Amino acid sequence: MDKPDVINHQRTLLHKIWEEHLVCEATGEQPLIYVDLHLVHEVTSPQAFAGLRAANRRVRRPERTVATVDHNIPTEPRGTPINDPIAVRQIQALQQNCTEFGIPLFDMDSSDQGIVHVIGPELGLTQPGMTIVCGDSHTTTHGAFGALAFGIGTSEVEHVLATQCLGQRKPKNMLIAVSGSLPEGVGAKDLALGVIRQIGTDGANGHVIEYAGTAITALSMEGRMTLCNMSIEAGAKAAMMAPDDTTFAYVKDRRFAPRGREWDESVERWRMLPSDPGAKYDTVAQISGSSMAPFVTWGTNPGMVVRVDESVPEISDLKMDRDAATRMLEYMDLKPGTKMEDICVDRVFIGSCTNSRIEDLRAAARVARGYRVAGTVRAIVVPGSQAVKRAAEQEGLHEIFKNSGFEWRESGCSMCLGMNPDILQPGERCASTSNRNFEGRQGRGGRTHLVSPVMAAAAAIAGHFTDVRNWRFQ
Amino acid sequence: MFAIGVFSESRILDMQPFRTHTGKVAPLYRDNVDTDQIIPKQFLKRIERTGFGEFLFFDWRRSPDGRPDLSFVLNDHRYDSASILVTGKNFGCGSSREHAVWALLDFGFRAIIAPSFADIFANNCVKNGVLTVTLGEHQVAEIVGHANSTPDYEITVDLEKCMIQDKRRISEHFHIDEFTRHCLLEGLDNIGLTLEHEPQITAFEARRSRTSTARDPEWR
Repeated sequence: MDKPDVINHQRTLLHKIWEEHLVCEATGEQPLIYVDLHLVHEVTSPQAFAGLRAANRRVRRPERTVATVDHNIPTEPRGTPINDPIAVRQIQALQQNCTEFGIPLFDMDSSDQGIVHVIGPELGLTQPGMTIVCGDSHTTTHGAFGALAFGIGTSEVEHVLATQCLGQRKPKNMLIAVSGSLPEGVGAKDLALGVIRQIGTDGANGHVIEYAGTAITALSMEGRMTLCNMSIEAGAKAAMMAPDDTTFAYVKDRRFAPRGREWDESVERWRMLPSDPGAKYDTVAQISGSSMAPFVTWGTNPGMVVRVDESVPEISDLKMDRDAATRMLEYMDLKPGTKMEDICVDRVFIGSCTNSRIEDLRAAARVARGYRVAGTVRAIVVPGSQAVKRAAEQEGLHEIFKNSGFEWRESGCSMCLGMNPDILQPGERCASTSNRNFEGRQGRGGRTHLVSPVMAAAAAIAGHFTDVRNWRFQ
Repeated sequence: MFAIGVFSESRILDMQPFRTHTGKVAPLYRDNVDTDQIIPKQFLKRIERTGFGEFLFFDWRRSPDGRPDLSFVLNDHRYDSASILVTGKNFGCGSSREHAVWALLDFGFRAIIAPSFADIFANNCVKNGVLTVTLGEHQVAEIVGHANSTPDYEITVDLEKCMIQDKRRISEHFHIDEFTRHCLLEGLDNIGLTLEHEPQITAFEARRSRTSTARDPEWR
């Protein structure tokens, strides 16, 4: 299988990281991969710790394990009592587990608390060339740094806690080359939706995606994180792009980043990571960056994407089962042929591990400035972390949002998955910067349309979807 | 049919080997069934591995007022006590929540047949002794057809021979990677297996700390 690699020695970014982390490959077993960083949160870890305890096992490398609470915590001001006793129990379980097993925890009251995929990069824990896992599918986010990062289940969480390793089949490698540049008003979120529209929700199953091309190198780290984050919605095991000066500039001087001579050595090593010219991929897809547009999802999976200036598709135009399409339209309460710009929204959510970083908030605030949220809409902005919240407040973004009628919240996953009180009511329609428009994801009977932060802000003000390319900024 | 132990206390002892299983087939013929549907988020706050079965496909099984939605396949009494689910492509996509597998297992499913599975979901199945059988779209459609039309339609999934068979028409070979098959057949504890490589892990850590600038984070 690996013969071609042996012959030409031209390796991809994935292969380099893989080989660097290969502990052993025993006959009849899966290759054992070493994990550099294990991120932990309250929802997918309690059963893993219980398993350790039952088997009398310890956490092998607590200093390479980092925990935070993000999924089920309220975004009301900190200190407000949590009304849900089961959520409280889960948070307390994490606190107890971290104390017992010696794991650093960024708790509710920490100035570093935030969504696990926001704080890893912003603390400089996420670095190029690393292997990173977390009991959360959006761990793919960290691949933006040229790391191999993927989501795992709770049994695997337990496995990594106990061994700092994971048995893995070597994944296939897919190159997605994005040529040209993204048009004005079109961002990484639109590109992510455009990729899923093209390759489908299972288009990258079994693969690690590597993004390359001019439209990718032009992206900021925030944009790269958004793109890698959404790659799980195309079925990708992980997603990554080559680390470059943009990456190094982002990592430099962050709290856990290497310093001094170690920094120079690290950068030298990281510069060796990009795929060798001529390295082979199992699958290749080409995407034209300049053909991207502001996208909106209309259905109940992230592949059901149209441009904002298009209409809800006719069933006969869809490459899917007729019953499934009908069901989707019924759930979303949409009729084929309806112009996307004619669809009104009740709620707007700006946040989630996809789009809650400072650049996302800046972009949304620029749209909101000088306008008021439509009277029919309730809109919330949930920063990805306490650090993002502080940065936004220093820049006065919170005032722009509040003056425009957006609610300004504390950091957490919030309405992306509605494990806390931030949920849609049945029948409510939401323009959301999150990552999943599954049935009931944001609340039972809720209707989610995935969009970029600027499109969400524009929808909040207009009261319906509107093409942000025509926005009159104030 | 089969017993589920108290996972939170002694999961390792209770991981059931999967060799051959014969059971009734329930058809849920939809593509892209995501883990949010399999187990909605309001049930993820439990800190145990057990008790998720009653919440399986909750929003599809129950109307908003809490009553069973009789049009949903798992509320159809013809499929009571089904232990094999046959479904559409990309089953288990979305969230990594292992609660989805715990819910399927707790409800009584031991094997799932589909044209394809999402990666994390398929991994989670192996860790819990649930077999995912990948078959071609036509073969899946055929099984769905039989499950719809034949009362008490049963299939035997034989992991030793990698075959699925019914009493009359279907006899198909399926592919599964050898290591996964071995783990399921033996009900192996993967952690125990990895811990046997402790010397290699320690050697790797020592080697790496000498040759690389990748250091442990300094917790201050």
